[in-house]
Amino acid sequence: MSGLEHLRADFPVLQREIGGKPVHFLDSAASSQKPTSVLEAMDDFYRCCYANVHRGAYALSVESTERYEAARSRVASFINASDPTQVAFARGATSALNLIAHGWGGEHLRPGDRVLLTEMEHHANLVPWQMVAARTGARLDFVPLTDDYRLDLEALEQKLDDDVAVVGVTGMSNVLGTIPPIPRIAEAARTVGALLVVDGAQLVPHQPVDVQTLGADFLVFSAHKMLGPTGIGALWGRPERLEEMEPYEGGGEMIADVQLHTSTWAAIPHRFEAGTPPIAEAVGFAAAVDYLDKVGMDQVAAHDADLTAYALQLLAEIPHVTVYGPADVDARGGVISFTMADVHPHDLATILDQQGVSVRAGHHCAKPLMRRLCVPATARASFYVYNTRTDVDALVEALGVASRIFGVG
Amino acid sequence: MSLEELYREVILDHYRNPRHRKPLDRADAHAEGVNPLCGDEVTVELAVTDGRISDVAAIGQGCSISQSSASMMTDAILGKTVEEVRDLIQRFKAMMDIDHEADLGLDPDRPGAVLGDLEALQGVRRYPVRIKCANLPWTTLAQALDQLSAS
Repeated sequence: MSGLEHLRADFPVLQREIGGKPVHFLDSAASSQKPTSVLEAMDDFYRCCYANVHRGAYALSVESTERYEAARSRVASFINASDPTQVAFARGATSALNLIAHGWGGEHLRPGDRVLLTEMEHHANLVPWQMVAARTGARLDFVPLTDDYRLDLEALEQKLDDDVAVVGVTGMSNVLGTIPPIPRIAEAARTVGALLVVDGAQLVPHQPVDVQTLGADFLVFSAHKMLGPTGIGALWGRPERLEEMEPYEGGGEMIADVQLHTSTWAAIPHRFEAGTPPIAEAVGFAAAVDYLDKVGMDQVAAHDADLTAYALQLLAEIPHVTVYGPADVDARGGVISFTMADVHPHDLATILDQQGVSVRAGHHCAKPLMRRLCVPATARASFYVYNTRTDVDALVEALGVASRIFGVG
Repeated sequence: MSLEELYREVILDHYRNPRHRKPLDRADAHAEGVNPLCGDEVTVELAVTDGRISDVAAIGQGCSISQSSASMMTDAILGKTVEEVRDLIQRFKAMMDIDHEADLGLDPDRPGAVLGDLEALQGVRRYPVRIKCANLPWTTLAQALDQLSAS
């Protein structure tokens, strides 16, 4: 037990009952629930000081701008960025990755260049690179996984040569839970002068992250997976990399000057924030990282590890359950993909739902990884600060129901 | 609505022992259906002789609902005329449509009831996200029939 059991009371949705059963929410890898403090921060902001940001000469706009920029500083300090201008707000990790792929890759990739990704990337860190590769003549290459579901670092080092312009890797697999050693990958990428892009959508919500020691050039993450609202995420970049990147969207807020035929861009990071930004969402994002920092990211990681170890142990005792991911909790986060005999994951998810257990079933936006695992889909349980061992027990009991209905074992 | 009503024995039997799962040597129509959201896949092949379905195959992968629906579908359409099959597709889709419950008369003992085993899938209607699983083979079958009329 990790001692965070009291946090569940902070999450209004988790106080509900559905079909007479408590909510055992095990789908935080898709999106997390929100604590009261985040809901209130956004509500208070709309009630007290909302107006559009930047260039407003009146008090409300000034206050709103201050709150928006304070949120940027807060998110920047959460990942220990040395300056808030290194953080651009985006719609989420997906749009941030698109910005990097199109804005940096589209500008700098040349025919013959290679973009080295991994077999376990979410579609968000694959499809944008496919689009940019098609446009620039760059080629995609992939680091395979080992049989124990880790990134094959030897293969990575073999594939790294001077043609590799970009290395793109997830900080934590949303399917396997695998956490690759980013600092080591960063060092290898640096030796060939490749840019390192880290998809932190799963990593940043669950592990302490310090961009000053991570070694990445870009790190992206989404607020909604870390107790914050939907519609906002962050892109952190080294200042020189941000300067090299072209804006992906043009419009208001992102310009310095506009003529009829040409424009010049605002300074970083505002040049990447065309249009009215998600202002209240930024305020909610800041409240979410406040909450996480108050708990302590080391505690968050330890809590995930406790639940993961407990769940892995119980799942291993259920006949015909196969778990896909590293067995060692030090090499993984709290995302557990599994299958049960010939019961299709969709059927599992339906049966579990009837027991009050919310899991995701499907390809988890990682179809190439599903092919690598030779399964059409998996069921996936994922944990966060508000989960308890009771949720894991409910999962195990519900799997017993599924096993009875399908006559497994 | 209990899970047992969703996962009726006949559904699990068709899932475990799917009928007509072998590709045809000679197919007059071949259509592939996929549900991109959940990954269910069904391929339907038809052979037609004298206006009737003389052979059929449904091959695929996916959940028990999509695959049992495909298997039951093959049993249900074999030997029927193309017109009868089109009528059956409509009846099946109406059965899956939550809004059409009233005018269906789904009592399997009622005069003229023809859906037979397929009526076991009625329980799916209570699980709206699963309706598309049940419908996938039928949508694919309709595409195969369209090929027949086009050729």
